[in-house]
Amino acid sequence: MIGILLKRDLVALMPGGKQGGSILPLLFFLAVAMLYPFAVGPDAQLLARTGGGVIWVAALLAAILPLDRLIAPDLEQGVFDQLVLRGISEEIVVAVRMMAHWLSFAPLLLLAALPAAALLSLDAESLRTVLLGLLAGTPGLAAIGVMIAALTAGLRGGAALSGLLLIPLAVPILIFGAGSLSRPDGAGIALTAAISLVLVAMAPFAGGAAIRAAREG
Amino acid sequence: MQAYHLTASDLACRRGERLLFRGLCLTLRSGDALHVAGANGIGKTSLLRILAGLLRPFAGTTTHDGSVGLIDERTALNPQIALGKALEFWGDLDGCSDQRMNCQLMGIDELIDIPVRYLSTGQKKRAAFARLLNQGTNIWLLDEPLNGLDSEGRAKVDALIRLHCGGGGICVVASHTPIDLPSGQALDLTEFAV
Repeated sequence: MIGILLKRDLVALMPGGKQGGSILPLLFFLAVAMLYPFAVGPDAQLLARTGGGVIWVAALLAAILPLDRLIAPDLEQGVFDQLVLRGISEEIVVAVRMMAHWLSFAPLLLLAALPAAALLSLDAESLRTVLLGLLAGTPGLAAIGVMIAALTAGLRGGAALSGLLLIPLAVPILIFGAGSLSRPDGAGIALTAAISLVLVAMAPFAGGAAIRAAREG
Repeated sequence: MQAYHLTASDLACRRGERLLFRGLCLTLRSGDALHVAGANGIGKTSLLRILAGLLRPFAGTTTHDGSVGLIDERTALNPQIALGKALEFWGDLDGCSDQRMNCQLMGIDELIDIPVRYLSTGQKKRAAFARLLNQGTNIWLLDEPLNGLDSEGRAKVDALIRLHCGGGGICVVASHTPIDLPSGQALDLTEFAV
């Protein structure tokens, strides 16, 4: 059953394909990395010092671009109602959706971080830290995304609200993820992973409750 | 034959600040069909959603024995993908083996390559019935099942309900238009309105 759900979600969210999600988040991420050197000037040292943080901010914003397509269409079309009638709880659906969302943006984002690092003249060591940090942090970003999508799914003007909701939730991941670049040990990455795990554990329940509330409302 | 039942006792439903109905009791057994009638906005859809367990009643309890299937105004079929693929998702989830046959039965087997968003209201309704047949549930809750259907489609739905109830199933139909049900039971929600 989880396999069937995951297959459907992946078809709906993966970039490319007729009905698939757009490749926009990825292009958005690369565009930031490309434009940043033009904005601050070609000072290699400055770029190398700030580049990791820019990659992190770009990754965070790229992760929230597809939020309005995550939950709201299914809620509108009554998909959750039909799933509940089949005894599949919202928590499972949200957990599967979170996995599909992560798979649809994170692996590509990690790949895109390679050209981005070249554009920002990051050295190999920083690149390694950024990649490990993103690997630890993106599940948390996916969890935040699914939670916010579920919370705002039943609302008018939900897109504007999701931007506001995201900022406080994403700040801890950003602090430790980007902060890991300025520390030689792996403590920052470990803390990022810890926050990610908490968010991933919380998201199915928060998202499920939000969808139930939207249905009863 | 296994016996199913669907009961509700002393149900009340509130939407927002308004109490829609109260004191509603019903008992349905295998083979029963019930027509829920009443004006627009009287709470027919809410009653079906309460019976399906999707909405909490303001007061009262419901019990059912048997699996529940629901058709309402939303098809739960992804509008972006082909009808066949959209139905296949639900069919796979329900472990249905003869999805093709149910499409033929509802007269939509010619449409399976067409994206759901291009289908007409009646065609979508037929697709929803194909989904319900694939599900193979014992208790049918149908919210305005005749909306958008042509006369041939209506006759088909009539026959399906007869077959379902004849086979020991339960069917509750909410509709503001008259519908010819096998056992002829009717419930007028106006009597329970506040």
